[in-house]
Amino acid sequence: MSNGPGRTHDRRLVMGALIVGLFLAMAAAPQLFSGHDPTGLQLDRRLSAPSWTHWLGTDGIGVDMYARIVHGARTTLGTVVVVLAIAIVVGVAIGSISGYIGGWLDSLLMRITDVFLAFPPLILALATNAVLGRGLRQTMFAIAFLWWPAYARLVRGQVLSVRRREFVESARVIGASRFRIIVRHVLPNVLDPVIVRASLDAGFVALTAASLSFLGLGAQPPTPEWGRMVADGQKFFLDQWWVATFPGLALFALVVGFNLIGEALGDRLQEGGGGAVTQMGQER
Amino acid sequence: MGRYVVRRLLLMVPVLLGVTMLVFFLTNLLPGDPARAAAGRLATPEQLVAVGERLGLDRPVPVQYVLYMGRLLRGDLGTSLTSKQAVAQELRLFFPATLELLLATMTITIGVGIPLGVRAATSRGSWLDRGFLGFSYAGVGMPVFFLALLLQVVFAGWLRVLPIAGRLGLETVPPPMLTGMYTVDALLAGRWSTFLDAARHLVLPAVTLAVAGVSEVGRITRSSMLRELDQDYIRAARAKGLPERAVWLRHALPNALLPTTTVIGLQVAFLLGGTILIENLFSWGGLGTYAWTGIFRLDIPVVMGVTLVSTLVYLFVNLAVDLIYARLDPRIEL
Repeated sequence: MSNGPGRTHDRRLVMGALIVGLFLAMAAAPQLFSGHDPTGLQLDRRLSAPSWTHWLGTDGIGVDMYARIVHGARTTLGTVVVVLAIAIVVGVAIGSISGYIGGWLDSLLMRITDVFLAFPPLILALATNAVLGRGLRQTMFAIAFLWWPAYARLVRGQVLSVRRREFVESARVIGASRFRIIVRHVLPNVLDPVIVRASLDAGFVALTAASLSFLGLGAQPPTPEWGRMVADGQKFFLDQWWVATFPGLALFALVVGFNLIGEALGDRLQEGGGGAVTQMGQER
Repeated sequence: MGRYVVRRLLLMVPVLLGVTMLVFFLTNLLPGDPARAAAGRLATPEQLVAVGERLGLDRPVPVQYVLYMGRLLRGDLGTSLTSKQAVAQELRLFFPATLELLLATMTITIGVGIPLGVRAATSRGSWLDRGFLGFSYAGVGMPVFFLALLLQVVFAGWLRVLPIAGRLGLETVPPPMLTGMYTVDALLAGRWSTFLDAARHLVLPAVTLAVAGVSEVGRITRSSMLRELDQDYIRAARAKGLPERAVWLRHALPNALLPTTTVIGLQVAFLLGGTILIENLFSWGGLGTYAWTGIFRLDIPVVMGVTLVSTLVYLFVNLAVDLIYARLDPRIEL
């Protein structure tokens, strides 16, 4: 998004980094943030309102909400990292092979990506969950399954524009192998848009994972997970609003944080002359 | 143009083949026995075998797939294993519900998103522009299930101005079925009160779904309007004395709509996958709900039917976006 001169970009980047950084710290060292046990139930304290001992109140089985939210950061951020890592590795591999080698292999690989892009995401997520069983790992796999084609397309486009450039030609003339050319000469030049795309996608992955958990497919109790916590708080919402509200707000804040970073990076790349970002938003 | 459309339609065939094949084999990997799902829990082993044979479930999966595709080419979507109803019949019931929600959502998304984006761009830096940018950050980041809860509590719980869930009130009789969309059918039947009831039920789920779309469409319209308003042809239009409104709407907007079209297309694709959450929260018996029960009951024909419908909608929306694109930008030749 064109948002004026450089100053505003940095503000978005700082804001986003602060938010995401806070959640990263929670994920890395939850015990620094809360001394309460995120799974220890105390039925005599169930549904108590926010107070000095329980900052954000307790849930339906008396677990401290603040502790659960802090520990839930690890679940969500872990999912985001794993999903994007798989999607990027698979997408970059397929996209660069497709773009660099070309020919029938390119057509075949692109038809396969077409199939995955056209695939109804819900069916895929439900079916993967039904086949592999419910759980966090299965959900990560299901989401990654949906996510790699976007990266394959992006990388392929980038590779196509780089592969006829002089430095690639000269590497070929010297006799470098295809593998070496792709890994050492082509990939380093296509990775910027991938990183930007990943930072824009991170929030969306977090939302998708939480939605599946909300439906009961993702992380299973007692693992703390924000989407699942909102679902659990649903039935108390009118009287004990804090049970669903705080995990919802945590997810909201994290996604906004990711989006701020993603957009700031995207604008920066666009200003640096990388034309890929404009097409990027259009892929998905 | 005609040839382009034909080529695109032909290109859909391999994609559809791929998608159906993938779903067919994926659903056959599901743990459990579809014959048991079809025969019921009390069936004896002999009955199970008989049902399996009658439905062809004892054949190898690739053979089943070929047989399925053969029936599909004759327009037969098969029969649900659990409800024993024709899948085509059931789709005619569930798909319009989702379509109605989708159309209402897209009407809000486009009707609010584009004007907001234009307004924000033409009054750049004003309170409206800043307010919109803030709203759009929030709108894109908001988990849809959380927003649904909030709106339900506020409008149905506290203010009691809108129904909390469902497609019609308990005392309202559904209108005679023509399209399957209650609002449209009620209007066609001239039943005004039924229409109002259906429309009131539509508001919360449609608004919940539209918030993210309004944010995205508004934002992309704003930024592409800003880019266009910087161009030389805009200066020329202003120099010849056109009123500012005409410069915005007749000159800048048509060019600015290109990226907006893409985002709208993506939004439709996203909604198609995202309605299950909303259907679940608002007890909206649509395609998502149908797919959900189909998968957990191992009802392969149902899952295949939903897959086909959603994939086709996705492909046609993509085609429509490309056609609109070519229409908006004469430089694109098809």
